[in-house]
Amino acid sequence: MRLALLTDIHANREAFEAVLADMANRAVDRIMILGDLVGYGPDPGWCVDKVMEMVAAGAQCVRGNHDRAIGIADGALNPSARRVIDWTVNRLTAPQKLFLSELPMTIAEDDMLFVHASANDPSDWIYVTSESSAMPSFRVCDARLIFCGHVHRPALYSCDLTGRVMHHPIAPGLPTPLIKSRRWLSVIGSVGQPRDGSHLAAYAILDRVTNELTFRRVGYDSTTTARKSREAGLPEALAQRLMKGI
Amino acid sequence: MHQIRPYQGLEINGFILGEKLHQGGFATIWDVTHALYRTPMVMKVPTILDGYDGPTIVGFEVEQMIMPRLTGPHVPRVMGEGDFSQMAYIVTERIPGPSLLSLFKTAPRPLSEVIEVSARMAAALHDLHRQHVIHLDLKPDNFLQRPTGEMVLIDFGLSRHDRLPDLLAEEFTIPMGTYPYIAPEQYLRQRGDLRSDLFALGAMIYELATGVMPFGQPEKLAGVKKRLWRDPKPPRSLRPEIPEWLQEIILRALEVDPARRYQSAAQMVFDLQHPLQVRLTDRAHKMTQDSAMVVFKRWRAMRKIKGFAAPKTTASQIDRAPILMAAVDLSPDMEPLAAQLLRSVQRMLVIQPDARVACVNVIKTAILGIDQPVDDEGNNRHIMRLVALKAWAEGIELNDDRLTYSVLEGSDAATAIIDYAEANRVDHIMMGARGSSSTRRFLGSVSAKVVAEAPCSVTVIRLRETGAA
Repeated sequence: MRLALLTDIHANREAFEAVLADMANRAVDRIMILGDLVGYGPDPGWCVDKVMEMVAAGAQCVRGNHDRAIGIADGALNPSARRVIDWTVNRLTAPQKLFLSELPMTIAEDDMLFVHASANDPSDWIYVTSESSAMPSFRVCDARLIFCGHVHRPALYSCDLTGRVMHHPIAPGLPTPLIKSRRWLSVIGSVGQPRDGSHLAAYAILDRVTNELTFRRVGYDSTTTARKSREAGLPEALAQRLMKGI
Repeated sequence: MHQIRPYQGLEINGFILGEKLHQGGFATIWDVTHALYRTPMVMKVPTILDGYDGPTIVGFEVEQMIMPRLTGPHVPRVMGEGDFSQMAYIVTERIPGPSLLSLFKTAPRPLSEVIEVSARMAAALHDLHRQHVIHLDLKPDNFLQRPTGEMVLIDFGLSRHDRLPDLLAEEFTIPMGTYPYIAPEQYLRQRGDLRSDLFALGAMIYELATGVMPFGQPEKLAGVKKRLWRDPKPPRSLRPEIPEWLQEIILRALEVDPARRYQSAAQMVFDLQHPLQVRLTDRAHKMTQDSAMVVFKRWRAMRKIKGFAAPKTTASQIDRAPILMAAVDLSPDMEPLAAQLLRSVQRMLVIQPDARVACVNVIKTAILGIDQPVDDEGNNRHIMRLVALKAWAEGIELNDDRLTYSVLEGSDAATAIIDYAEANRVDHIMMGARGSSSTRRFLGSVSAKVVAEAPCSVTVIRLRETGAA
């Protein structure tokens, strides 16, 4: 069984389509989306529709902070994110908003846990960016494999039998064995707004049989997304960000 | 964590344990069978002490990560593995026969055997390095031999795969490895340099040739540190019949600074297979250890050193130090092409500064009949070609120890070039191609055959015809 893990699509249709096309050639049987379908990007309606269609076909999806911010006043978002959310709200239909509001915060299945941000308090939207911020996720659950997004930079952490957490550099494209004597937390990179210095869309594939995780990067037409973002009157910094992956 | 302890007769995931073959400090080895497999197999089970046994567990995790990713004749094939939920184990094919330890116990060995065994160990090591793995615990116990002759590397508990998580990076505060063989930079806790393995290999060849370990058998870590400044006794001072070229190879591998060693195991194999081409330096002639003054100076320079310049990745290290083969046609009408080839080789060395270059020329022999080794004027054809080849290579700026010259003989130049590339682990052949005449199209060109059949990359240089469209 091969499970594709996608997160932080952020209304970027071009990146989302490129990832789906890449997945199509890689024998994926199931799809898990770790939230933040909207926000930042210029194509919220299309992206939510696509996820709704995928969920109807068997994919699963958890809720991110931007999905939650639709329709409520959330002071925690930064001003430019808030501006885009306010812009986004007017572009979503009632069924699309309902879909976002009904997404679960976490999904647990077998030895796996899926969540948008840190597992220890999912609705606090804590960033997992270091060994010390990864540790609480391991403490609050007994899942062997934890998958999250939110950070927009792919990362891998392991927790050994003594509870010590280690950060591991990742090698995109190379399957990494998630050996069974450890627990693993994988931060999946962002589909629609990568921030690790590469503008390539990020996602990952977990092979449940070989127990290997592969981080992948996919090229997409970011020039078009940036142009749409400018045409929609969204903050210029967001367009810049897409081109540079910062 | 409730672990099943292994015993004869235990059945786990279809594997049935037979006789216990070996009881080591950290693991036991068992003969196993499985209804579905006919290959002879062994099971390695880490010995987990009660409570948490960090080093053993992590070492075993590292093996479980690395071993299934290795292929080829120089590693054992993995048949199955189990995790710590019941009993941790790895099952591999069984390589019959003892490890090299039994051979090393009888050292010093005859020189022909030393050279032969060393070349095969180095060849196995290069195969491992090509697969992104540095062994970091080379010793006689970790080499087995297939009945077909290939050396097989085992025990990857301290190894480093440059594209997998390094679980050992933060595990230990003391250096890991086997004290008589570990490289100085391993003492400094650097674990990212394949040249550390070349140092260990050098120490092993030293031992096999002299019967003595170059740095003794330190029991404490302080004894390991000494190799940062104290040079070993020259092998020839212990056994005078060791040829100078072999001492050159051994002492080069044992250089303290990794930058002064061989840059790849393949380059070491090359020297072991071409003794006459080994460029002799002071290392070859040395008959005594360095003077107290020299050692003192080195001590002052080294005692506080934190580390040596380390490569980024194993892959980049292999890429930087390829074996390039320049196959030159030295016939008079081909001079412009030969000059163009030389410029191309020079440019290649700009981006691959650690490359070694094998300059090769082929003397065509008759398919039938006997060739005269001397020409009509009584000159030895082979030597004349060698002189011409060296003259051609004059413009290659490279330390002489990385530049070699070979004149091959064969009725078919392409086959001679391909065979040479195969035997010497050449990574890249550079050669010229003559213009495309119609006869060539019928008879087939040398370069076309090399491109089609060589086991490595081939760059073909061709002169642009002046005036052609």
